[in-house]
Amino acid sequence: MAGGAGWETVIGLETHVQLRTISKMFCGCSAAFGAAPNTHVCPVCLGLPGALPAPNGEALKHAVRAALALGCTVHARSVFARKNYFYPDLPKGYQISQFEQPLATKGSLTFLAPDRGLVTATIVRLHVEEDAGKSLHDRFPKATAVDLNRAGVPLIEIVTGPDFRSPQEARAYLQTLKQVLEYIGVSDCDMEKGSLRVDANVSVRRAGETALGVKTEVKNINSFAYVEKALGVERDRQIAVLEGGGAVTQQTMLYDHKDNAVRPQRSKEESHDYRYFPEPDLPPLLLSPEFVAEQQNLLPELPASKRERFVAQYGLPQQDAAVLTAGRAVADYYEGVVHAGAEAKAAANWVMGEVLADAKDHAEALRVPAGSLAQLIGLVKGGTLSHQAGKRVFAELANRGGDPRTIAEALGVIQVADSNVVSGWVTEVLGAHATEVGRYKSGETKLMAFFVGQVMKASKGKADPKLAQKVLEERLAS
Amino acid sequence: MTGEAKSAADRLVKVKRLNALLTPVKELRKSLNEQAGAARPTGVLYGMPVAVKDNICTLEFTTTCGSKILDGYRSPYEATAITKLKAAGALIAGKTNCDEFAMGSSTEHSAYGRSMHPLDKTRVPGGSSGGSAALVAAGAVPAALGSETGGSVRQPASFCGVVGIKPTYGRVSRYGLVAFGSSLDQIGALGRSVHDAARVLSVISGRDPKDATCEDRDPLRLPTVPESLQGFVIGLPREYFPSDLDPAVRRACDRAVRLMKEQGAAVREVSLPHTQYAVPTYYVIAPAEASSNLARFDGVRYGPRAEEAGDVRDLYRRTRGEGFGPEVRRRILVGTYVLSAGYYDAYYRRAQQMRALIAQDFRNAFDRGVDLLFTPTTPTTAFKAGEKLADPVSMYLSDVFTVTANLAGLPAISVPVGRVKGLPVGGQFIGQAFLEDEMLEAAYALERVVPATEEA
Repeated sequence: MAGGAGWETVIGLETHVQLRTISKMFCGCSAAFGAAPNTHVCPVCLGLPGALPAPNGEALKHAVRAALALGCTVHARSVFARKNYFYPDLPKGYQISQFEQPLATKGSLTFLAPDRGLVTATIVRLHVEEDAGKSLHDRFPKATAVDLNRAGVPLIEIVTGPDFRSPQEARAYLQTLKQVLEYIGVSDCDMEKGSLRVDANVSVRRAGETALGVKTEVKNINSFAYVEKALGVERDRQIAVLEGGGAVTQQTMLYDHKDNAVRPQRSKEESHDYRYFPEPDLPPLLLSPEFVAEQQNLLPELPASKRERFVAQYGLPQQDAAVLTAGRAVADYYEGVVHAGAEAKAAANWVMGEVLADAKDHAEALRVPAGSLAQLIGLVKGGTLSHQAGKRVFAELANRGGDPRTIAEALGVIQVADSNVVSGWVTEVLGAHATEVGRYKSGETKLMAFFVGQVMKASKGKADPKLAQKVLEERLAS
Repeated sequence: MTGEAKSAADRLVKVKRLNALLTPVKELRKSLNEQAGAARPTGVLYGMPVAVKDNICTLEFTTTCGSKILDGYRSPYEATAITKLKAAGALIAGKTNCDEFAMGSSTEHSAYGRSMHPLDKTRVPGGSSGGSAALVAAGAVPAALGSETGGSVRQPASFCGVVGIKPTYGRVSRYGLVAFGSSLDQIGALGRSVHDAARVLSVISGRDPKDATCEDRDPLRLPTVPESLQGFVIGLPREYFPSDLDPAVRRACDRAVRLMKEQGAAVREVSLPHTQYAVPTYYVIAPAEASSNLARFDGVRYGPRAEEAGDVRDLYRRTRGEGFGPEVRRRILVGTYVLSAGYYDAYYRRAQQMRALIAQDFRNAFDRGVDLLFTPTTPTTAFKAGEKLADPVSMYLSDVFTVTANLAGLPAISVPVGRVKGLPVGGQFIGQAFLEDEMLEAAYALERVVPATEEA
């Protein structure tokens, strides 16, 4: 591992995830991303004098589902709290969050670590809060502009234990977390749009030590790729400090992706005493067991169990099952293809191949209906179409739609299985390649593939390759 | 109805010397005229002018909270209580002077100058809803809205000789009331009579989805005036009649008690043993919440912003330093301190524990068969302007009999019970949560028999 032998890295993550709701956490304003600045605002999210928060039930349902999906205990009573600090994009001068009594605690998430196999990270707590607005420092010269569209958008904060042993593990956890949250439909977890944001606590210690080293907090990590980079840089920095005989100072480090470096946040900005206290504008959040059970019932099958089921039910290799269940839309699509009659492994190959390649070029759209793909797979399997011809038909289906057989006929790629016709092409090929015929007869049997290829070429791909080989073998044996 | 709008404005203009109204005369006349044209003739308060404390958001007038930091601030929305008043046909008769952000007991802490007591301009009308109380007492309006955090409706009502009601916490929506101590704040009503105050309270009460702390209940139903007080058990908490109570105030309250007995009420002494801790408890919790509630006044989005500020911290420091008066700054400092790491447990958490004990005192009294408590509203009559300005603690102690109802979230009403050297004395009923109707019945009965303007 990079970063010095004999050192162990310890990482814990605090992840903020925007919940995908129509409206904000405590008012009716739209929570949509990307509108013109300060257009999704009202007295509540502007923090106007006298305005009060009214909780969004939909956001609470999302948060409870996320907590349940992460195996947390959802508390019957949780308490909103004010986190007080001054910043121009924080309209009320405090953020409504939860502190002493969070929504949920004690969950876990199992992910595949690159070096350690399956690792279970502890979810220490999950709480609900509201987002702040955005300060735009580069929009106007020598002035900071504030956009409050984001102020009040619902968030959950998910805090893990110090459970990761490398930046790669931290990234793998985050990707698994993103997968779960996308699956249950509570967030789109788009780091570039800021709907998933992560802060990391990083420390290092000599291998074999059990006490934790002094940690720093790394912030401003804006993409999955930067997670690994930022944490790697900070780990290396700490190791260098310790190996140089120095000590790590507990502080906040900001990652700058432009030069792949971390720098301490100015201490003035971080010396916060947030003065948390229970939010007097909101009664304690009381959740009945029935409500929690209802949210549990609404949870879809989660990625890990879907993957196992795909292996068991469809006889797929682990790797295939992992690829197919990476996203819920693809998994559902695959099952649609199988349910429409396609053979499971063939369907898996088509979805992982043609379908995902096409989706990648078309904004993740699954353009060929599952039923059409199942028919196409049937045509290839039954020998009506060669695999190559099948791909051409798929492209037509994707671009123009229609019925697979009709398209195949129109393209003239239906395989010819009439031995008389195939015999004609074989005669043509053998006549044109007398030398190769001689070599074959003197024992160079691997030339069969060459002859089949030539027959396919002569037939413009229409010949049934199996039949062609059979006829070739008969003729070359005589 | 434009004639009524004009006479309402005339009455308000006539008492301009009290400095109780912050709205400029011209603006007031114009608005009242427009409102009269638009008011709903079917409303139960049709044509009734109601003056509004300046910490309640209105579309018609600026909302300054008596502070420079909101100088000229015009709210783009109005408080739920205002919407309900207008729907009932009332006219919003201007904004009344108050202690800055409702922090004070004399209306001397207003950035717009102190208000005068209508009977003696050298005295204060009480506070923080002093402007509202003074206007009602001077006969300029039949009723006004005030707000309470620790007695800010009842104390000025008592000083000015009018009726002031603080409803149960959660009875009236706080949406649009500029927050001071959110867990204590309620909008209250002041009126010439129990009936005037009660009908305004009834209109503004009831559920509001915009305020999560407002109970999902129908508006308060007004009781009828009872024939007698037969069947009422009234408790006199001994902690509210201390040996050093102003003897004249005691006399006035004793007379009220005697009159209630004559009407058939059973009277018994009770004890609320944690009363002595109420003021210190209040002065931890209210400033703590205020320090957070007032953080939004930073000059970034509204209100005056300090010129020539350097960085953003300098902007905050200057805007807030220049915009807030000394009492508000004092409470923000206290509140910030009691919530700080290392002090939270010693102050804020302990205060919350004490608050629970104070509320339990009341429940114990009510559980023992007492329907209502009766106490003096304030330890003294209206004091002289300037008398307590230099000594914040003596100012705070004028709330000693009123803060408990806010800490316990209970309804309370101050009713004039007599005069001492020409100055009004108020008697207070404290009722059970959401039993305002019972409390109002007792107040009606007392009001009917007590010689409110006679020396006790």
